[in-house]
Amino acid sequence: MKKIMSGNEAIARGAYEAGCTVAAAYPGTPSTEILENIAAYKEIYAEWAPNEKVATEVVCGAAIAGARSLCAMKHVGMNVAADPIFTIAYEGINGGLVIVTADDPGMHSSQNEQDNRLYAPHAKIAMVEPSDSQECKDFVKYAYEISEKFDTAVLFRTTTRVSHSKSIVELGERVEVGVKPYVKNPKKYIMTPANSKVKHPEVEERLEKLQGYSNNCPLNRIEWGDKKIGIITSGISYQYAKEVFGDNASYLKIGFSYPLPDKMIIKFAKAVDKVYIIEENDPYIENYVKTLGIQCIGKEFIPTCDELNPDIIRKALLKEEPKKSYELDVKAPSRPPMLCPGCPHRPVFYAISKLSKLKKNVIITGDIGCYTLGDEPPLNAMDTVICMGAGISAAIGFEKAAKMGNRDDKIFGFVGDSTFFHSGITGLIDAVYNNSPIVMCILDNRTTAMTGHQDNPGTGRTLKGEPAPIISIESIVRAVGIKDENIRIVDPYKLDETEAAIKDAYNANEPFVIIAKQPCALLKEVQKRRANMKCKIDLEKCKECKACMRTGCPAISFKEGHVIIDQSMCNGCGLCYQVCKFNAIEKVGE
Amino acid sequence: MVKSILFVGVGGQGIILASKILTQGLIKFGYDVKMSEVHGMAQRGGSVTTQVRYGEKVYSPLIGDGEADVIVAFEKIEAVRYLKYLKEGGSLVVNDYEIYSLPILIGAEQYPENIIEKLQESVPKTKALKAAEIAEGLGNIKAQNVVMLGSLIKALGLENMDWDSVIKENVPEKFYSLNVKALKAGIGTWDI
Ligand SMILES: Cc1ncc(C[n+]2csc(CCOP(=O)(O)OP(=O)(O)O)c2C)c(N)n1
Repeated sequence: MKKIMSGNEAIARGAYEAGCTVAAAYPGTPSTEILENIAAYKEIYAEWAPNEKVATEVVCGAAIAGARSLCAMKHVGMNVAADPIFTIAYEGINGGLVIVTADDPGMHSSQNEQDNRLYAPHAKIAMVEPSDSQECKDFVKYAYEISEKFDTAVLFRTTTRVSHSKSIVELGERVEVGVKPYVKNPKKYIMTPANSKVKHPEVEERLEKLQGYSNNCPLNRIEWGDKKIGIITSGISYQYAKEVFGDNASYLKIGFSYPLPDKMIIKFAKAVDKVYIIEENDPYIENYVKTLGIQCIGKEFIPTCDELNPDIIRKALLKEEPKKSYELDVKAPSRPPMLCPGCPHRPVFYAISKLSKLKKNVIITGDIGCYTLGDEPPLNAMDTVICMGAGISAAIGFEKAAKMGNRDDKIFGFVGDSTFFHSGITGLIDAVYNNSPIVMCILDNRTTAMTGHQDNPGTGRTLKGEPAPIISIESIVRAVGIKDENIRIVDPYKLDETEAAIKDAYNANEPFVIIAKQPCALLKEVQKRRANMKCKIDLEKCKECKACMRTGCPAISFKEGHVIIDQSMCNGCGLCYQVCKFNAIEKVGE
Repeated sequence: MVKSILFVGVGGQGIILASKILTQGLIKFGYDVKMSEVHGMAQRGGSVTTQVRYGEKVYSPLIGDGEADVIVAFEKIEAVRYLKYLKEGGSLVVNDYEIYSLPILIGAEQYPENIIEKLQESVPKTKALKAAEIAEGLGNIKAQNVVMLGSLIKALGLENMDWDSVIKENVPEKFYSLNVKALKAGIGTWDI
């Protein structure tokens, strides 16, 4: 049977067909749908872990126990998971282990553009790279074979355009491989220095064997065409290269990309007049080809930054200008992403933004999630965003440095609920342990919103949709040692309450926590419950002072001389109602 | 011959569903298809695109400058933003509909005037329609994406295929008849 599937759906299908039995992940664009789709197969245990390190350790344990296992993460997630990956590389596996990294060239939804192919040589594990959905499915099956044949974890590397493009896939049946027996083997599974010293040379030998395989495996293939140009490429870049050069070139299409196939590369390079390396971001293949003493053309023409596409290749290698189109003497205004109408994050940022206008020493360390959008105008309520967890931890360092520099900065650190569970808790512990008088604002919208509403340890539901214990953020905060008088739990839709908490926090000189609790406005049950709740402007009372517009709510606009609230967008959160000094806004439908 | 269709709009307008229905139809009618969409950040009210390419054999899922046979713009300024992708001689299907972005809402930027007229002057094959009004007339503004899809299908000359069954397989049953009507209305927009 044939089906159109995204790369991520196809990876899930591949895991299913290959007999995978345990899978874990933490969400992150563009990887999220892999586990969401795996969860639909009842034959596979699948979970959201609190972060990528935990997810990876879960599947390391499962693989040692004998299960074909898989974890998936976005590129930056692999930084979090690197620790177990570098050591499972020594231990090897029992049941096959596939680690999926979905990179984001072009940074459609990411804070950096790291090229995770470089992790494979660094961790010394095998790597495969599919270039369309069919390969996504097939390569997962190969990856399990490679993993079990060579006793290694396999890094499975996709990019946004592989994960989120759909193409046709031929489906197969599941092969039940079961869970292999576990046999105790401390020399293999306990990495003390003594055992690791034995293991490291084995890892190096394994790489040699893998290289032999790379030269002969079906994932690496030569497609002969015109021999004037020979293109070495992998992943989505292969599709772009084919689009541009068609039959006017020969291709070495690399699907097994660590270790790279040295003999095949040498043979291919000898047979063609000129070698082009077409790859996105870093010169991973190019640097290797150059170590083989082969002259090639790559990054001097193909940019390292941003996403690749056929136009860039045409311009770089064929000196062809992009095709002509129509022109218009109108400039399209920008349309950046923004906090939604009714977003419960907005009132908190509104309140802190107001405070920071009065008190110039307020510093806001932000974090990653929908609430990063608190940085946008008109709120402009953010000084830093680094990575998940840094909303709290960087606040600590900022505060310590300010003190060393004799400044009286007051730091407010922000994290979301999912971010808190991911890596905010350790920062919280640091703040208490090292007595850092920062304010930690935890925006609990009861979901992982930015990545498309995944459950997390605080939502009471698992990835499989089953009920789960609700892990209470408040109890964790208390257990870590934040004093009762330094905790405020607020409903962000109540602006007075929120502002009062922020004021108390500003005046505190001990670690302080504010938990803002209100579910995300896009959650289905919230939309249903609030369907008829609206705010309306009474045009007679409105003085057009536009105070309500300074909340940055996209439902409020100034059209034809009046402030209006778009009723189809409004969910009656009431922030505008609370900031209006003239009672010109009424709340209806409650 | 590979044909390329670029859907552009604003997060939340239903462009992913429209491009999904198109894609499913194209497969049913025997084409090789690639479709590319972007999730995540962009869906919070940002500018979004999906790209569909079909033909006998498709390699790249991405459409280059001046390569789209049709651009389907669910919002006017998005048509302007992505116009450079339209092939010379290509068609532009544009929804006469405005969604203000944050910089416009806070007065930092202006929503340009007379966009439809300017697009029509520049691009000979422009079809402007009020998909939101048409959908509202059919009982649900949310069906504007399928009205747009209908208009696209006519621009591609694929209106005689069995789209009813494609809709049946891709939308919840309770919205089936609404969407079939919306698709017909969209196809009909070229007759006016
Ligand atoms: C290490 C890492 N993993 C995953 C992501 C992807 N990611 C970005 S935001 C986010 C979710 C944030 O959820 P939450 O903290 O609850 O905030 P919300 O979006 O709900 O406001 C995730 C998973 C990331 N940026 N970094």
